[in-house]
Amino acid sequence: MALNRKIAYIDLTTGDVETTPIPLEWRKKYLGGRGLDAYLLYKHVPKGCDPLGPDNVALISAGLLVGTLASASARTHVMAKSPLTSLLGSANMGGFFAPEMRWAGFDHLVIKGRAEKPVYLYIHDGEIEIRDATNVWGAGVYDTQDIIRKELGDEETQTLCIGPGGENLVRYATVMTGRKNAAGRTGMGAVLGSKNLKAIACRGTMDIEIKHPEKALEYNKEIIDQVISTKVSQIMQRWGTNFIYGVTNTTGLVRTRNFQYNQLPNSEDIECENLDNYSFGMDGCFGCQVHCRHRYIIKEGPYAGTYAQGPEYTSQGAFGTEVGCRSMNTILVGNHLVNDYGLDTLEVGSMIAWVMELYEKGILTDEDTGGLKLDWGDDEAVLEMVKKIAFREGLGDILAEGPRGAAKRIGKDCEKYLIHVKGMSNLHSDERPTPALALNIAVSSRGSDHLRGRPAIDLYNLPMEVLDRVYRNPDGYDGPLTNNYSEYEGKPRMVLWQELNYMAVDCLGVCKYHTIFLSPNHPTFGEFEKLIYLNTGMEISTLDLWNIADRCYTIERLFNIREGMTRKDDWLHDRYFDEPTKLGLPVARGKSIDRKKFTAMLDEYYQLHQWNEDGVPKPELLERLEIRSL
Amino acid sequence: MAKKMLVVDPERCTGCRLCEITCSVKHTGFSNPTKARIHVIKWDNIGFYLPMRCQQCQDAPCMAVCPKEAIYQDQELDRVMVNYDLCIGCKMCVSACPFGAMGFDADRGRVFKCDLCDGDPQCVRFCDMKAVDYVETAKLQYPKMREAGENYSELMRKHG
Repeated sequence: MALNRKIAYIDLTTGDVETTPIPLEWRKKYLGGRGLDAYLLYKHVPKGCDPLGPDNVALISAGLLVGTLASASARTHVMAKSPLTSLLGSANMGGFFAPEMRWAGFDHLVIKGRAEKPVYLYIHDGEIEIRDATNVWGAGVYDTQDIIRKELGDEETQTLCIGPGGENLVRYATVMTGRKNAAGRTGMGAVLGSKNLKAIACRGTMDIEIKHPEKALEYNKEIIDQVISTKVSQIMQRWGTNFIYGVTNTTGLVRTRNFQYNQLPNSEDIECENLDNYSFGMDGCFGCQVHCRHRYIIKEGPYAGTYAQGPEYTSQGAFGTEVGCRSMNTILVGNHLVNDYGLDTLEVGSMIAWVMELYEKGILTDEDTGGLKLDWGDDEAVLEMVKKIAFREGLGDILAEGPRGAAKRIGKDCEKYLIHVKGMSNLHSDERPTPALALNIAVSSRGSDHLRGRPAIDLYNLPMEVLDRVYRNPDGYDGPLTNNYSEYEGKPRMVLWQELNYMAVDCLGVCKYHTIFLSPNHPTFGEFEKLIYLNTGMEISTLDLWNIADRCYTIERLFNIREGMTRKDDWLHDRYFDEPTKLGLPVARGKSIDRKKFTAMLDEYYQLHQWNEDGVPKPELLERLEIRSL
Repeated sequence: MAKKMLVVDPERCTGCRLCEITCSVKHTGFSNPTKARIHVIKWDNIGFYLPMRCQQCQDAPCMAVCPKEAIYQDQELDRVMVNYDLCIGCKMCVSACPFGAMGFDADRGRVFKCDLCDGDPQCVRFCDMKAVDYVETAKLQYPKMREAGENYSELMRKHG
């Protein structure tokens, strides 16, 4: 059954591989995926270890429902101590790798040590081989997968790998599978690179038992119909996440020219409708009927004719608003390059935008940039910088160190213009008009990030009864909630609720577009309970699920605190408080975050989590969650 | 009842492989694409996806090659079926099928192929893109004809 998948402990230094069953006790406490990874991370990573040293542990996992009839149960999760933040590193991706790993018999891989020369793992029907990867070292993400398939003589093989970014230890290198699926954030690719681990290839033919197949089939149909009945899914099916740009840019919610403006005027070319000129169809991850990514062909320039997938909304910021570019072709090329090099699109865009502002302010000169004119909206300079980062050339070598490392090397006044939380850059969303979203990025367990606790539906100003239904369950919260996104009141609960909801889907390996993220009418705890029962036979109540998510999120917090994080790391850049937004609709114009109210929000958020005023989980919480012994 | 057939349209396929899972769960109770009766064959380097399945041939090689006459045409649903009471598991049909549509389940010791889920194909039911569809055979060509003629029709509307 779905519960009999194994965990493998792989030591790349010695070449030892040990496989054992996953105790049912762990399932009951952590489910699987990100939750169980958090527990394993806490247990296996020595305190204070070098993220790029052999002691760090790379965890690769498939969530509890991956490969089952739960819709979009496709996610592969990657966790390790982050070389970007030196705190929790965690990222997940869609595609087809995780289901294939389950059909090959495994749910969790715990990889430690460092191989002497480049290797890749080949996992097939309960067996794990360590194989020579010398011939793919240096290859891009696309080629690596194609070459390994040829070498193994099996076109149905699914592979995750790193590109040159990970090999060159760029601190925000991704782990990739397929053409565009990226475990993008916190530099997980650099961790694999530091271990000389180029790729993991999987091919499985083993049954996963579905506990109640007929009922599971019918219930999955219900869930799919529920998901694709919502307006937002129907828009995503047609346009992908790129549709968001039209809304946020019009309103004035996008970081532009680093963090100087909150809107990019005259940018029609990068609106989603223009993708029709490049896209020839949509692409779905395993079992997903939302199929939100484009299959496209680049039209102009040196990459004309190249086939790639994406881009996400994030790339419209990274190669659009943040760097002041207004060309869809540039966004498509940039997206292709970061995917093939294996770099986090979001971090790349933010780093380039930052040095462009430094160049504008005269902090960086032509001498520092190697003669490259880093002017806003210079498409070629931006794309050139992507390459320089991946291969660590010139200024790119400095930027490859991530926000904190680069700031240290550049010095001067540069930190004044560096937008990050805990050493990780933000999405190109401007949260100054939206306190709930600002709190979300300040407190996220992996640094500035929207996928850990963003109450995105707050932006819709929904009727109160909808918010009551979502945010008061399943634990019966009876505190304040507000449905106006300019408010501060009631938002800490919304952030906390989303954090636990996203934790639950990450434990299950289900995509966030199939839960309450962009729509209040998508599945959540209640539906998960039924999905778990029908697919695995495990009886876990809605409230149990909530507590499991709480437990796993608390462990992530404990890990961060153990690695030196304090309350002051749950904070935003001064610009959020001191520089009001300049553009956009009245609801977004002239807005900044109020320090006092934000502090009060943070206090309330800690209280709701049962953390003390320093953000440390209280002993009674650890008692209740049965993790005191950690 | 009007005769129907399973058709695929690769231009609509997003490659999600939900058809494979619903098929394998429906027929075996397990999630396992290697036991599904339909497979999305992918060319990842160009983004082309083609669902492959039994063509329910009129002059079926699997049927012709079977030494025990265990494979037969079911006229009612216009499908090729295996009679497991007669089948000896020799796998000649697996070799003979030009499309790879006859599989062998080693765990259960029997060959398997698409049976159109007795007239309610689950792959079709779950595919919102209609990349896999179950349509009346006699009316099959009309949508394509209409699509192909659209340009002509538009010209006539403009200039006719």
